[in-house]
Amino acid sequence: MSETQTDSVQPATHLNLTLTELFLGFAKISVSGFGFILPWARRLIVDEKKWMTPEEFNETFSLSQFLPGPNVVNMAVVFGSRMRGAAGAAAAFAGLLGPPTLIATFLSFLYSQFGDADILRRILTGIAAAAIGLMIAAIAKMAEPLLRKLSPSVLIFVVTFVAIGVFRFPLIQTLLVLAPVSIALAYWWQKR
Amino acid sequence: MKGTDPLVTLATHFAMLSLFAIGGANAGLPEMHRLAVEVEHWMTDQQFADLFAIAQVTPGPNVIISTLIGYQVAGIMGAFVATVAVCGPTCVATFFLTRIWDRFRTAPLRIAIQAGLVPVSVGLLAASAWILAQSTDRSAVAFVLTATTALVGIFTRVNPLWVFAAAAFLGGTGLI
Repeated sequence: MSETQTDSVQPATHLNLTLTELFLGFAKISVSGFGFILPWARRLIVDEKKWMTPEEFNETFSLSQFLPGPNVVNMAVVFGSRMRGAAGAAAAFAGLLGPPTLIATFLSFLYSQFGDADILRRILTGIAAAAIGLMIAAIAKMAEPLLRKLSPSVLIFVVTFVAIGVFRFPLIQTLLVLAPVSIALAYWWQKR
Repeated sequence: MKGTDPLVTLATHFAMLSLFAIGGANAGLPEMHRLAVEVEHWMTDQQFADLFAIAQVTPGPNVIISTLIGYQVAGIMGAFVATVAVCGPTCVATFFLTRIWDRFRTAPLRIAIQAGLVPVSVGLLAASAWILAQSTDRSAVAFVLTATTALVGIFTRVNPLWVFAAAAFLGGTGLI
């Protein structure tokens, strides 16, 4: 990985990838990981294929924690479009979502046939309980730097959680209020 | 929503919510749950939790939960429409944002936007976990399993697949 950090490495935008390469590359990422597949994307794009330098990759992903929508998918589409325009975006999108969509559709079919079976229900409950635990672990790691010192972030975190999680307010209306307030508070806090 | 094609309802809801799911697909889970269970009555609370579990053991990005919800609502077409609706608008937004974002690297407003939206994102994820835990952790054993995996996730680097395999086994044997 160290040699990719030197200045002599060609910027990714000078790469000349075919649509097939884009499709297969992102298809490989999609079947390599479960849920949070960013580390797999990084391994393939930066370490293996050298499509991006570590700096370019980090840059793109520093955006992802506060951009809306599915980040890895967004990134694949942006990357594909820079390589090959709209066709490149479509190839990357199809590669990343094609295989999991087929698997998910097949599993949905099985679920619609056997979802009432007691054993399947119990297995799914076990998996969901564990998945929530892993989600809590990921949240804890993200929340730790936010909550370490007193700032408006602590308040916004709590208010968002209570509004959406406890009161079950609609997302869009809630965020139209909360997001500007939070940005204004952050602006004021850094000016102070 | 009577008389409206469910595909149109699905596409509109998912396209809109994705634009506000700050921080990824899991941040959109509370809104997906609200729409699918409470507003449109497409499924029960339990079914939503089941689909969440299936999404977790499907290889690929988190966004696959929207594919599963779409399938449940309107079959293959529903799966396709839901997936594209969740990804489309934000892909366009990302495309333009990544181009202008770097130019304002040190602008105070950019730093404030970033600092302001991250706690919203983490709050949304915490709300997701809370809502899903309420429909899943109905027994003490399930609650203990969630708490244990949380600790395992925080303090170790175990591959999630082993955790899921163990949890599926515990579930299958009827302990949960």
